[in-house]
Amino acid sequence: MIPELGHFALILALLVAIVQGTLPLLGAAKGDSRLMALARPAARAQGLLVALAFGCLAWSFISNDFSVQNVTSNSNSQLPLQYRFAATWGSHEGSLLLWTLMLGGWSIAVTLFSRNLPTAMLARVVSVMGLVSVGFLSFLLFTSNPFERLIPAAAEGRDLNPLLQDPGMVFHPPVLYMGYVGFSVAFAFAIAALIGGRLDATWARWSRPWTTVAWSFLTIGIALGSGWAYYTLGWGGWWFWDPVENASFMPWLTGTALIHSLAVTEKRGAFKSWTVLLAIIAFSLSLVGTFLVRSGVLTSVHAFATDPARGTFILLFLAVVIGGSLALFAWRASNVGLGGAFGAVSRESMLLANNILLIVAMASVLLGTLYPLFLDALNLGKISVGPPYFDAVFYPLMAPAAFLMGIGPIARWNKAPLPELWTRLRWALGVAAVSALLLPFALGRWSPLIAFGLFLALWIFASTVAGLRARLVNTQRGNLIASLRANSPSYYGMLIAHLGIGVFIVGVTLVKGYEVERDVRLDVGESISVGGYDFKFLGVAPGPGPNYRALTGTFEVRKDDRLIETLHPEKRVYNASGQAMTIAAIDTRVAGDIYVSLGEPVAAPDAIAGPWSVRVYLKPFVDWIWSGAFLMALGGFLAVSDRRYRIAVRSRVSAAMGHAASASAAAD
Amino acid sequence: MKPRTRRFAWIGAGLAALGVAAALVLNAFQSNLVFFFTPSQVAAKDAPQGRAFRIGGMVEAGSLKREPNSLTVSFMVTDTAKTIPVTYTGLLPDLFKEGKGVVAQGSLGADGVFHATEVLAKHDENYMPPEAKAAVDAAQKGMTMKSLHESSPRGRAP
Repeated sequence: MIPELGHFALILALLVAIVQGTLPLLGAAKGDSRLMALARPAARAQGLLVALAFGCLAWSFISNDFSVQNVTSNSNSQLPLQYRFAATWGSHEGSLLLWTLMLGGWSIAVTLFSRNLPTAMLARVVSVMGLVSVGFLSFLLFTSNPFERLIPAAAEGRDLNPLLQDPGMVFHPPVLYMGYVGFSVAFAFAIAALIGGRLDATWARWSRPWTTVAWSFLTIGIALGSGWAYYTLGWGGWWFWDPVENASFMPWLTGTALIHSLAVTEKRGAFKSWTVLLAIIAFSLSLVGTFLVRSGVLTSVHAFATDPARGTFILLFLAVVIGGSLALFAWRASNVGLGGAFGAVSRESMLLANNILLIVAMASVLLGTLYPLFLDALNLGKISVGPPYFDAVFYPLMAPAAFLMGIGPIARWNKAPLPELWTRLRWALGVAAVSALLLPFALGRWSPLIAFGLFLALWIFASTVAGLRARLVNTQRGNLIASLRANSPSYYGMLIAHLGIGVFIVGVTLVKGYEVERDVRLDVGESISVGGYDFKFLGVAPGPGPNYRALTGTFEVRKDDRLIETLHPEKRVYNASGQAMTIAAIDTRVAGDIYVSLGEPVAAPDAIAGPWSVRVYLKPFVDWIWSGAFLMALGGFLAVSDRRYRIAVRSRVSAAMGHAASASAAAD
Repeated sequence: MKPRTRRFAWIGAGLAALGVAAALVLNAFQSNLVFFFTPSQVAAKDAPQGRAFRIGGMVEAGSLKREPNSLTVSFMVTDTAKTIPVTYTGLLPDLFKEGKGVVAQGSLGADGVFHATEVLAKHDENYMPPEAKAAVDAAQKGMTMKSLHESSPRGRAP
């Protein structure tokens, strides 16, 4: 009964979404306030119906209902409860339902937190989100029904892929999707502005917090995925330039460009068309990313051929959303206008440079990700584009962007005299350059790349301090605390996010520069010395797990003959699938990680008491990579807490209402 | 500078920057493409000497051998028509198994042995790397080396 209830709720949700996607839009065009008033209740009803459907699917997983095809393929009665719940979005169908659930959640949030939006604007925004929802719900219902019954029911399920049976994987997909889907709000605002033909600072102020929150979630989601790859895949890598990773990174790069461009649109009224275009691209890439990862096209482009309905639907949907919004942009962008002019050296010009660098970087990732798929789809051969390509392109593009991060926040709007910038930043530049040249000696080995990476990070830190100091001098309030309080949370949010980039760069530079990776063969009782640490292998013992059998190794780590840690890496074989999995043992310290993972018995496949192949890695400062990402997200959330997004909107609302009313009258 | 001159200077600078970026990207792209070859194509000497490429197929049952006292392994990769010897030093991935699909990246030595720098076996155990599957399918469809060779110089899969 429960699966049918869920299916029925999805069908109702589709019907409500059609109402939500059309009538308020029509109402905004005609100036009919009764039709526009449908936006809020429709969006809420639709969101709740999807939540009901999601709950039904989750219930089927939790209660081991193996008469549902999806549950049978992706779960197992031995699976611990939290993973049975996470298995709800472990499949193609389930993850699309999660996507739709997030969309419903964001739509409801828009109806709740936009009491100050002009009615016509709200109607258009909610309608656009409703139309996106129509696309996803029909995709689910017509090609990927998660509630499909299996007759006769199976006695036992096939199990969730062991790679996904991990706490990181419980959180990674929902948080990532919060980010992906959050860009739909920015997208809906952009489309609403194009339809309404009006885009001003108030519009930017409305869409900014939504975009920043989505971006922050996406940042955390990507960091969680990277951390998961680091400790579960057993290779100690944190980023592989794998298409799955690139799919989430392209919306992030575009989203980063978008939040900066929105800042210019809000403060200076410039970059208007560009901002709208970025919002469209960011959401389009979120869609492309979702489908790339979830449609199976990455494992084989010919997966489309085996299931033509799905493939055709996806391509059509992408064509309608991306093509339609770009066509609308081409048609209406001139109404929105380009925005104000600015000097060659100014905060605007630096933010423009930042945007161009980010978008070129995104395009180069797109090329490396999609080109192999195109060749394969056209039967022109199989190729792969490896990390060397992405490294060679990405770092040279991001280095100038990181350098500009030091100058941009200090530069004045409109015109920033170079002598003034020099006076303000010369100390920061000097300190960063000298320390970057000297630090690698202290760390053990000097190389130009390490020094350069450290320079960029230190430059960001030092210029942030210089900028904060100048701010505090300007906002003289008698004492330091009062001066600190006089600046807005959004300013501090920006500082923290930028510091996060610096922390991230430190992590990347030092891991790449100083990591030690040793793959060795160790007999029981044997020791190996790696980077000043002694690792003694005490053997491997078998033991049971909830739904797997484990082989647990024991390693004693000593420094200067003093025992500092005992590590227990694991090798698991899952009962249901028979699949093996490596769980690394990691000792995290401020200065970096000690990482040990088991390979396999080398003497004979079953000789677990004999010698093993083992990875022994030292990863200096690797946790700074994820700490940096969390700082970026924290900065984003802090920026959104700024009172001006609530109070200022309220004080302007009467004026804006007047504008919007006359604008929609003029446009329609 | 007049506004118009300045605008042209800006556009010029922008185009130059984009040009440099494009050159950088395309150059890196060109030199980092890794092509794929099936064991049959390698046997037919279609694969380049001295440049890295990928091969894929099945690990022949019973072919995995370990050198004592090191982490060097050797095994045979087959597409059921031809078989190529592969050596690799390091830890094999969890999903590497005799009789299962595998993709390896590396280069071909003068002795005809493929020296792998990377062995890929990802996803779950039912998963067959698409390249490996394509290699076996190509061989099993009875395509001769000759027709493969003629139809494509670059590891085309049907």
